[in-house]
Amino acid sequence: MTDDFIASYCCYLTSKPFTFQTPITLKRRDFMGLTGLAAGGLLLPSVPSLGGMLVDPEQLLEVMDPALKKRLADAALNAAKAAGASYADVRIGRYLNQYVFTREKQVQNITSTESLGAGVRALVNGAWGFASTNIVTEAGIAAAASSAVAIAKANQKVQKQPVQLAPQRGYGEVSWKTPIEKNAFEVPVKEKVELLLAANAKALENGANYINSALFQVNEQKYFASTDGSYIDQDVHRIWPTFTVTAIDKATGKFRSREAMSAAMGLGYEYLTPRASEKIAGPAGTTVVGYRQRYDILADAAQAAKHAKEKLTAKSVVPGKYDLVLDPAHLGLTIHESVGHPTELDRVLGYEANFAGTSFATLDWKAKNIPYGSKQVNIVADKLQPGSLGAVGYDDEGVKTKEWDLIKEGKLVNYQKIRDQAHMVGQQESDGCCYSQSWQDVQFQRMPNVSLKPGNAKLSVDEMISKVDKGIFISGAGSYSIDQQRYNFQFGGQVFYAIEKGKITNMIEDVAYQANTQEFWNSCAGSCDQSNYQLMGTFFDGKGQPSQSSAVSHGSSTTRFNGVNVINTARKIG
Amino acid sequence: MAILSKDEAQAILKKVLGFSTADECAGQLNGRTTGNIRYARNNVSTAGSSDNVSLAVEARFGKRSGVATCNQFDDATLRRCVQRAEEIARLAPEDPEYMPMLGPQQFLTPTTYAAATAGITADYRAQVAADSIALCEPRKLTAAGYLEDGPSFVAIRNNKGLEGYQQFTQVDFSVTVRTADGTGSGYAVADYTDVAKFNAKSLTSLAAAKAAGSVGAKAIEPGKYTVILEPAALVSDEGILNRLMYALDAREADEGRSFLSKKGGGNKLGEKLFDSRVSIYSDPLNATAPGRVFDGDGLPVKRMNWVEKGVMKNLYYSRYWAEKSKKPATAFPSGWIMEGGTQSVEDLIKGTAKGILVTRLWYIRDVDPQTLLVTGLTRDGTFYIENGKIKHPIKNMRFNESPIIMLNNIEAMGKPVRLGGNMVPPLKIRDFTFTSLSDAV
Repeated sequence: MTDDFIASYCCYLTSKPFTFQTPITLKRRDFMGLTGLAAGGLLLPSVPSLGGMLVDPEQLLEVMDPALKKRLADAALNAAKAAGASYADVRIGRYLNQYVFTREKQVQNITSTESLGAGVRALVNGAWGFASTNIVTEAGIAAAASSAVAIAKANQKVQKQPVQLAPQRGYGEVSWKTPIEKNAFEVPVKEKVELLLAANAKALENGANYINSALFQVNEQKYFASTDGSYIDQDVHRIWPTFTVTAIDKATGKFRSREAMSAAMGLGYEYLTPRASEKIAGPAGTTVVGYRQRYDILADAAQAAKHAKEKLTAKSVVPGKYDLVLDPAHLGLTIHESVGHPTELDRVLGYEANFAGTSFATLDWKAKNIPYGSKQVNIVADKLQPGSLGAVGYDDEGVKTKEWDLIKEGKLVNYQKIRDQAHMVGQQESDGCCYSQSWQDVQFQRMPNVSLKPGNAKLSVDEMISKVDKGIFISGAGSYSIDQQRYNFQFGGQVFYAIEKGKITNMIEDVAYQANTQEFWNSCAGSCDQSNYQLMGTFFDGKGQPSQSSAVSHGSSTTRFNGVNVINTARKIG
Repeated sequence: MAILSKDEAQAILKKVLGFSTADECAGQLNGRTTGNIRYARNNVSTAGSSDNVSLAVEARFGKRSGVATCNQFDDATLRRCVQRAEEIARLAPEDPEYMPMLGPQQFLTPTTYAAATAGITADYRAQVAADSIALCEPRKLTAAGYLEDGPSFVAIRNNKGLEGYQQFTQVDFSVTVRTADGTGSGYAVADYTDVAKFNAKSLTSLAAAKAAGSVGAKAIEPGKYTVILEPAALVSDEGILNRLMYALDAREADEGRSFLSKKGGGNKLGEKLFDSRVSIYSDPLNATAPGRVFDGDGLPVKRMNWVEKGVMKNLYYSRYWAEKSKKPATAFPSGWIMEGGTQSVEDLIKGTAKGILVTRLWYIRDVDPQTLLVTGLTRDGTFYIENGKIKHPIKNMRFNESPIIMLNNIEAMGKPVRLGGNMVPPLKIRDFTFTSLSDAV
């Protein structure tokens, strides 16, 4: 047993963003994974972004004095330089999390964690070394800096191509904070428990047999300093309310679940105050509702119970080719897997070959100018969108964040890259998408928000569906799988509705679509307009060895894809 | 101070319990020192080390519980940590599923520590990367690999007399070798308690041979095929067999939301669900894949049968659910052992008229929890077998299959090897369902 073994999935979203009895975040190597967060007990959660020490709420509101952090950072940078580093950076991080787990009428677990420490990265004669420590004193951090330099020196004998860093100016002492309205850590735990139990009650009243609900709150207090002369203090907030509702038919032994239509967001507790203007009605004939910058957990829990029950008796899909109409809560994951990952430059070049995989979208492939998608496909990367998980002022190697194009009118125009990759494609600067999940792990290239631009022409979901002769409307993210070069994928969803002759007819089940990335995006027949635009987000984008989780959002409007292969996933056992 | 001795750890825990005024109090210490090196494109990309010890304290007043932690060990910090746990406990709602803390328990003597592993240095890791790269570069192959190692420990104690301590060492290595033009790829993976058993060169050679041998893959029609699934195909990426082992929870089964739920209520404990050759158990004293001797609750982990000759012999009962169901509680093991045969993968190939050899399965995800249907793809070495020989490499394919169906379609089982802390035999399975082709290499 290695307690803090991080789940060995990767390159993507870790599996089951969570079923509560097998929280993915916990020791998947430990077989069955059943004693996790929800079950309580003494085992500490092992995912760094959700782990660490537990602290009481008041203490969570204190922050470390920036002057102290600067002094500590200078101790690290000076030690690294004295030991021979040509460049060094230090990240002093205080990572706070609180999560509340409930099921039906009871609280399962309330946990507040804190993790404090520092990670130092040193470049010595073109080789990287990294070391981290939880001893946050000048001596402790300086010792970590020396270790980082020693590791870099040990690696020099294997290093053939020296690391080249894109130049980066120092910003001096600057700061950034997620523009939240209400700090979730200031809200009494009692209020959060009551909200989740109220949501559970809504689900049970509406026919659910079971509901597990949870609220995750994250605060990263990150201080970055480098030998370039930056001292960057950032206060980053995220929140994720979610649930799984299950309905059971005892007579047949059949069970079906429906997960929350919420998104993990870069927002404060205000996300949980419903606002009519932030609700997006799904197509006529469905009972689907989408949520933008505010979420209504009570309404969604009630609707989820009705959906789960309806799924028990919904008709099983007839396999074949269908035109798919995919809503933003679903499409975000497809964008993540089939555009977000293939355009990461480290994957493209082979740095992730042993784990997350490589990419079909190589530099040679890009040079051929083959269409990635149809002319309607415009995809941008950014670390700026308000409310998104990617939004920060500066990345984890001190680069100011920005927006840039990945796909323009169907053609791949750029990749995602950081300081030591920019020169590989002849670029003079980093894109500012470097991230580490904690002080304990080394920072590396991570996916920014990757979003499909909405259509320019006014188009509602109902207008889009009215033109579909034989199709399926899919809402919410379900099962998902894609190969290591991002060609062949299979996606499910939360709820599925048949479309016949321009109208939604009835709910169907057992739907998954299989496609090839390029064929799929080339079958894109356009998106609804900006009024339908919505973010989907996840805390669990996994990549790297040791594997790290990153939080990322994907924006889109409901979009149509023509003639996609749909399979039926129902099986018979014993 | 990441690795504390038993006496050092228990001394801290005794002091912690002494600071508590709660009805029940428990402490757990976890410490780990790790080092790693990562290489790709025949070059080292990142390397690092990390060091941490943390203390978790749980305090209870009646059925109310609170947990707090710290990672400094002076008296003032320990005292504050206990007080915080007690404050949270006083504020928490009563837990309707409260179970009293365990008293003294007898644990097996663990075999999870090897001194040689704890002594690995940054230079050793750099040499592993150098050796692996040196085998590939002259053959115009590209290596990408990862080595992570280190010692860890866990210590537990409560005021009811429970006391436990265990040390571990772990080495994890994996390597992917690709041809320079990206048309061939091979993989090897292994983990050990004792680094003395680790040979980066032989693992790299295996991956290199698969890379070179997988160039020029031909497409075959997706459909049902006989497959030989190597151990890495069964457990990598939290693989197909792990999915089955994760799904053995009694409560979910009794609640009607598991493949183990019975129509009309109850679970399938005691029923024959798999081929008679399927036996799966856990054993913390297994010589090759030793595991932990107590779980997070402090329950002793002992040898236990899960599936015996195809029959479901035990399910996972939490302490609460066990009491409610009048069953013994199930300790939570850190690995499992599937019995197999004596044949190597090569022997299995020789005995196959027509079939597919699968090195690794990838991006495995649940499709339907009702049937444990999962999907995923082959990766890093997929070959067509004809008349007992590898005929040619084939293009990768997506599968949609359930481990329950697979374990009823067994043709042959090979010799188990350690992987992911488990013992896993290669399996020859008939009618394995591939649903589409992939261009990925």
